[in-house]
Amino acid sequence: MKRSSRDNDESGRRISRRMMVLGGAQAVMAVALALRMRHLQVTEADTYRMLAEENRINIRLIPPIRGMVYDRAGHVVAENEQNYRIVVVREDAGDVEETLARLTRLVPLDEETIERAMREINRHSPFVPVTVADRLHWDDVARVAVNAPALPGISPEVGLSRHYPLGPDFAHLVGYVGPVSESDLAQIETPDPLLRIPRFQIGKTGVEAKYEDRLRGKAGTRRIEVNAAGRVIRELDRIEGQPGSDLQLTVDAGLQNFVQARLGEESAAVVVMDVERGDLLALASSPSFDPNLFVRGISVADYRVLTDTPYRPLSNKTVQGAYPPGSTFKMITALAALEDGVITPEETVWCPGHLTLGTRRFHCWKRGGHGHVNLIASVEQSCDVYYYDIGQRVGIDKIAEMARKFGLGEVFDLPLSAVGAGLVPDRAWKRARRGEEWRVGDTLNASIGQGYVLSTPLQLAVMSARLATGRAVVPRLVKSIDGVEQPSGAGEPLDVNPANLARIRRSMDAVVNSRRGTAYGSRVVAAEMAMAGKTGTSQVRNITAAERAAGVFRNEDLPWERRDHALFVAYAPVETPKIAVSVVVEHGGGGSAAAAPIARDVTLRALHGDVPPLSAYPDRQRWEIEERLRKLRLRDPGTAPSSGRSRA
Amino acid sequence: MSYLEYTVTRVPTGPSKVLYVNWALVLLLCAVASVGFLMLYSVAGGNLERWAEPQMKRFALGLFVMFVVAFVPIWFWRNMAALAYGLSVLLLVAVELFGEVGMGAQRWIDLGVIRLQPSELMKIALVMMLAAYYDWLDINKVSRPLYVLMPAVLILIPTALVLKQPDLGTAILLLAGGGIVMFLAGVHWLYFAVILGAGVGAVSAVLSSRGTEWQLLKDYQFRRIDTFLDPDTDPLGAGYHITQSKIALGSGGWSGRGFMQGTQSRLNFLPEKHTDFIFTTLAEEFGFLGAVSLLALYVLIVVFCVSAALKNKDRFSSLLTLGVAATFFLYFVVNMSMVMGLMPVVGVPLPLVSYGGSAMLVLMVGFGLVQSAHIHRPRGR
Repeated sequence: MKRSSRDNDESGRRISRRMMVLGGAQAVMAVALALRMRHLQVTEADTYRMLAEENRINIRLIPPIRGMVYDRAGHVVAENEQNYRIVVVREDAGDVEETLARLTRLVPLDEETIERAMREINRHSPFVPVTVADRLHWDDVARVAVNAPALPGISPEVGLSRHYPLGPDFAHLVGYVGPVSESDLAQIETPDPLLRIPRFQIGKTGVEAKYEDRLRGKAGTRRIEVNAAGRVIRELDRIEGQPGSDLQLTVDAGLQNFVQARLGEESAAVVVMDVERGDLLALASSPSFDPNLFVRGISVADYRVLTDTPYRPLSNKTVQGAYPPGSTFKMITALAALEDGVITPEETVWCPGHLTLGTRRFHCWKRGGHGHVNLIASVEQSCDVYYYDIGQRVGIDKIAEMARKFGLGEVFDLPLSAVGAGLVPDRAWKRARRGEEWRVGDTLNASIGQGYVLSTPLQLAVMSARLATGRAVVPRLVKSIDGVEQPSGAGEPLDVNPANLARIRRSMDAVVNSRRGTAYGSRVVAAEMAMAGKTGTSQVRNITAAERAAGVFRNEDLPWERRDHALFVAYAPVETPKIAVSVVVEHGGGGSAAAAPIARDVTLRALHGDVPPLSAYPDRQRWEIEERLRKLRLRDPGTAPSSGRSRA
Repeated sequence: MSYLEYTVTRVPTGPSKVLYVNWALVLLLCAVASVGFLMLYSVAGGNLERWAEPQMKRFALGLFVMFVVAFVPIWFWRNMAALAYGLSVLLLVAVELFGEVGMGAQRWIDLGVIRLQPSELMKIALVMMLAAYYDWLDINKVSRPLYVLMPAVLILIPTALVLKQPDLGTAILLLAGGGIVMFLAGVHWLYFAVILGAGVGAVSAVLSSRGTEWQLLKDYQFRRIDTFLDPDTDPLGAGYHITQSKIALGSGGWSGRGFMQGTQSRLNFLPEKHTDFIFTTLAEEFGFLGAVSLLALYVLIVVFCVSAALKNKDRFSSLLTLGVAATFFLYFVVNMSMVMGLMPVVGVPLPLVSYGGSAMLVLMVGFGLVQSAHIHRPRGR
């Protein structure tokens, strides 16, 4: 027998028995595996199929083209210019350092740029394109393209970035765009995924910010297949996005440019408004700045220049500035008194140069007094005592009500940053905010537009537009969106006696066109463009008794920031008003000397449609005006360098 | 056994042995290996040379070895059992001392011609040793404590050595494989109950040892256990393997995404896609049908071995065949469980399909032994 193993029936039976048990266990396990497969592959298949697709497919956004902004005539105010950059792909470049060295011989790049690029290149996967240089000139890009064979892995790319061809003219109005910041994201509840794109630009101020949703457009998507390392294998499909809406502003770029130029380096604000429809034809705040600097990322030094000056170039004074309206408020006080019937137009008030209230003495600007003054004369010569008197009679609440009717204290719904409310004080306000009772002295101050009263240049322009038309004109800044005309600002007729309004208008006519008027020096001799208005000089300080005694209140003797603000509100032409204008020159001195001439130039420019003709000015001023207009550095918006090849 | 009985039974000799080879089993092995070639071709992105071709050569070598082993009489192998076991233990010790460190664990020994993984060798050697032991042992003494202790030690020595490498997967396979042979040999139930209880205690001891000075597993092993228990906690880190593997499996659906169309493997989301995780590619590309078919092939192999074993009259042949079958079973059950998220990832290849030499060669030796037992079984005329 060759075999020595134990062949044993008992042993075989035992093994068989045990094998049955084990086989049973094994069968259970095999079935469990099969069930698990069924669970994963049949029951949950859809879930896992989706997860696999998510793994494989990345959705990349295609940024939409931002909407354009035009002025009312169709001149480009904000556009997208092509922006050339150079990217390098490490795996294609071979010796990256050598390639970059060759690149520097073609395109001037400093050490720092190269170092930063190297760092970034080494941080990313070898197939990720890294931007080496941004905002290059076309010539540089062309040189790189020509030398492409010597520069493996380097390729020029083109993108879009915002450009403002009219530069500083629209800086406050249109604002500017900049890269999304963390705080921007924090403010939005469900941010558009576009905002997560690195360096994606959104509107930061002005129209760019307020119309961000319309200007941005909708992102397109591109579905691409990627592998586990993130390398793009192929594009599966793409859905094009929707470009942003184009905006057309009511502003006339030519006029806006003229106004900015006319204001020069003065710290001032001018609003020009169409009285019929409320169109804002110009909204200029001076000094201004170049918004293109912000798009590129402004340098610390440049930014400091803008923030360190008391002229506040970054502030849009037309809506953010709050100034005591001064004498420009007198029409409101007069109208309130006329409507209330506390005075008649012919009734006169005796002005001895001051009014005594208890122990306090309220002065008229004219120390000697105006003598007997009626309504027309009070506006024409801007007599303060007249208004102390009628203001006291009509009371602050009626004055405040009238002021609100004319748009003072109202926040107009304009797509601008930080539109201010100004302030129209009344008894309730003082009690609520100051916890004090209103005093008669407060009324006296308010009746000449001093004290608590504050207004923005925009509100002053609206006020004169409403005075000129008798309707509740509302300003509007956007004429049309994607060609769809926006609602006009022509308002309902005001609940004011037209006869009283006519008297106020006649008095404003007298201010400019009557020999004794405070703005007679700024009259227009061309009848069809004649202007009516009101000067204002608002104090930014209290004149102490000591100063008054010493006679120290000549503006020129004071430091700039303590000088009076010069104001002027106007409408023109006198007979058939078309436009309303407000001018505020911060610390400019007297309204008649500093603000009225600006208002006249602007009015003429707006009505004439071009540089004002000398024939519209009084004879004796012409050579001086000619000189001034000639010095203005104007630009034709049509020939602005809008092709945007300018170098960064 | 009487002479008469002997004369009516005979054992095939010479070339006639070829007729007695279990050809169905050979066919099944070839079928499974072919699935492997196909998948290796697919995961290489349609490249034959990368993995499929070397694998084919290895399988051809494996087949040759299997036949050589099969034609050698089974009693020779029984006599060699102790030697094979001793040699394997020595090799394990050698690996511990001189072994190359591969994949963070000492597992290989470089013999120049072939890089050998003694832990793989041990899987078969242990089964041989235990089968020989019970063949020698009087059937009535099987459950006596001393005779239970001896095979337990035989199992624990290599298990401890493998665990020290550390190779948790192989250790589990050795422990379970050895235990199954003891169970089949008829060791009393109570022992297994006690061992199972002790096992549960040991697992809790291992888990509680974490972070202490006497930590019993390496950190990466603990992490694997963590991610097994909850793969979602760290889907991009340690849980990545399991999560991606389940995604691949599930996305295959009923009938799969088609040959070479699996995005998970194609785009490299699958880890170790040509070795331990190759099943996921199969399941992704051929779906539930493909996966269940492979499972069925595996089960069929086990069933063939078991039915062969039950016909074997001697204890060594029976136990050896069943032990090899059980080891093979454990291989694919552990691998599939681990890729399907039923078990922690312990690094057990899918038998005959995963890319790799040692495991395949050793398995083919195991099936050679099965064939040898089958061929050299006494048969009636």
